[in-house]
Amino acid sequence: MSKLSIREAINQVLHEEMARDDRVVVMGEDVANRDNGGVYGITAGLAEKFGELRVIDTPITESAIIGAAGGAALTGLRPVAELMFIDFLGVCLDQLMNQIAKFRYMFGGGATTPVTIRTMIGAGAGTGPQHSAILYPMLVAIPGIKVVAPSNAYDAKGLLAQAIRDDDPVVFCEHKAIYTEECEVPDEPFTIPFGQARTVCEGTDVTVVAFSRMVLLAEQAATQLAAEGISVEVIDPRTLSPLDDEAILASLQKTGRLVVVDESNPYCSMASEVSSIVVDRGFDYLDAPIRKVTAPHTPVPASPVLELEYVPSVADVEAAIREVVAY
Amino acid sequence: MIYSTEMLYQAYRSMKLIREFEERMREEYQRGKLPGFIHMYRNQEAIAVGACMHLGDEDYIASTHRGHGHCIAKGCDIEDMLLELACKQDGICKGKGGSMHIADMSKGMLGANAIVGGGPPIAAGAALTARTLGNGRVSMAFIGDGASDQGTVAEALNLASVLQLPMIFMYENNHFAEFTRNPKPDGRIAERAGAYGMPAVTLDGTDFFAVYEAVADAVQRGRQGRGPSAIEAIASRYYGHFEGDAQQYRDSTELESSRITSDPIPKFLADSRCSDLETARIEQIDAEILASLDAGVERALAAADPLPEQLYSDVYVNYRGESA
Repeated sequence: MSKLSIREAINQVLHEEMARDDRVVVMGEDVANRDNGGVYGITAGLAEKFGELRVIDTPITESAIIGAAGGAALTGLRPVAELMFIDFLGVCLDQLMNQIAKFRYMFGGGATTPVTIRTMIGAGAGTGPQHSAILYPMLVAIPGIKVVAPSNAYDAKGLLAQAIRDDDPVVFCEHKAIYTEECEVPDEPFTIPFGQARTVCEGTDVTVVAFSRMVLLAEQAATQLAAEGISVEVIDPRTLSPLDDEAILASLQKTGRLVVVDESNPYCSMASEVSSIVVDRGFDYLDAPIRKVTAPHTPVPASPVLELEYVPSVADVEAAIREVVAY
Repeated sequence: MIYSTEMLYQAYRSMKLIREFEERMREEYQRGKLPGFIHMYRNQEAIAVGACMHLGDEDYIASTHRGHGHCIAKGCDIEDMLLELACKQDGICKGKGGSMHIADMSKGMLGANAIVGGGPPIAAGAALTARTLGNGRVSMAFIGDGASDQGTVAEALNLASVLQLPMIFMYENNHFAEFTRNPKPDGRIAERAGAYGMPAVTLDGTDFFAVYEAVADAVQRGRQGRGPSAIEAIASRYYGHFEGDAQQYRDSTELESSRITSDPIPKFLADSRCSDLETARIEQIDAEILASLDAGVERALAAADPLPEQLYSDVYVNYRGESA
């Protein structure tokens, strides 16, 4: 085991998987940049080690990056394409939504598209309205792709290895505000199966389902509230599609109360989705209304003051937990 | 360039098969036997055939919504295609793709595509695979004049040029972007492609030999690792955008005359290079094609529809799967 940040864990997986399988290529804007390996240095060292035929710097051309990654995956490579910020999905959505996601289905099972799209999500870095969105609910709504959002370095390593080895298209969402979060990570390669939630901490009074960076907030809230005698169970689904709805329902059955914490905008969010699943299939377990803690229905502002107001806080999570517990 | 008699018969057979396949599909469509939209390729047959005769199963093409000709020229099975057009369970895409999504990975056919301009980035990806593996394969994107205006095509041109991909941009300028005459003069599309730094030629797409010879150069260039090429082949569209479009937006005199002057099949047969082809053999090929279509259509129309539970399969290899 070594203490690694999320950023380091992702870099390590890319090295390991490229060494393990010659068909793995990394492509995108600035990925081969020898000085730092992209905006946050995630791909540092790959070009030196694996060469420019496998670590491919592209022009600023999101439709061609995503489309070519799909075409390369159809024809025998396992591309890891970088969509620098998930906001750029707006530039290239057709190639993901109408092409890659549908290849297998519309070709009657005759195609396999093992592509991984790594992309940065989230507010908190002052990156403003077009570099800070979450957007993963849009992708979860599309059949044919899988969506992953790790909240720590251990999961980032196991889930990214799984994404690269997976035979289906996977969008791997990296929250830019937690890249430096560290934890113990096994030195050897390993995978974490998709669709298996992690119980971050066990509790009996309320279930908090949190996604990506919000898991860290939920954990802090759980620690704070433990001192007040409120026992909080935090569930990190880790993969958004497939979603481990059974784990959520099982936890709810135990606690009877649910808070969902999601940095998405509120409508059609993961918070909405989890709430909907619970109302549909776990209504009898509920002893209190569900509370959703999300960003508001606004773009992400640039002002640090407004951004702080935008992103859910630990206090917001605590307030929601207190509310459902007091109901 | 030297043309063997057998190769010329083969070219004739492919063009004629595309023609008769589509005419038969048109009839069945008008009889209400085929669902959805179908887009006719008539008078553009020399482009698909002249281009794909240079490609093997290991090479790649990305096609368009007007893709039947490309599929046939690339070797997709006719009977499986007929089943797919009828959306049957045993269709080439199990009835889930239909006319606009025929694909066969084993033939390097990466899909017809219902998004105008959707294919070129995918073809660039296939070319990237060939470049990465260094296997000498090439990838070709068929692109209509309408699609030539899409940003995805510009991005694919640029990527192919920057990475020197073994790719051919095979433009088919049929002068109509859906229901609107393309205002660009002939040759402008190739000019644009050339501006990205690749050889680009404009030629008569109803002349099989012109297409065949230009594609020979482009394919050789790709196989030798010398980067992408573009070809703008002009061939006026015979039918409407889709079957049922009466083309009232076209001048009927011009349309009628272009239908005759731009028919690639008589032009091919009248070419001096085809002077050794025997009428009896041509007639035999025609008869074989019609017989195979009769049998195929009969079988396709009688074939089983997909089962309701097949709705749910083929979305993922394994939705909740562990590592492969």
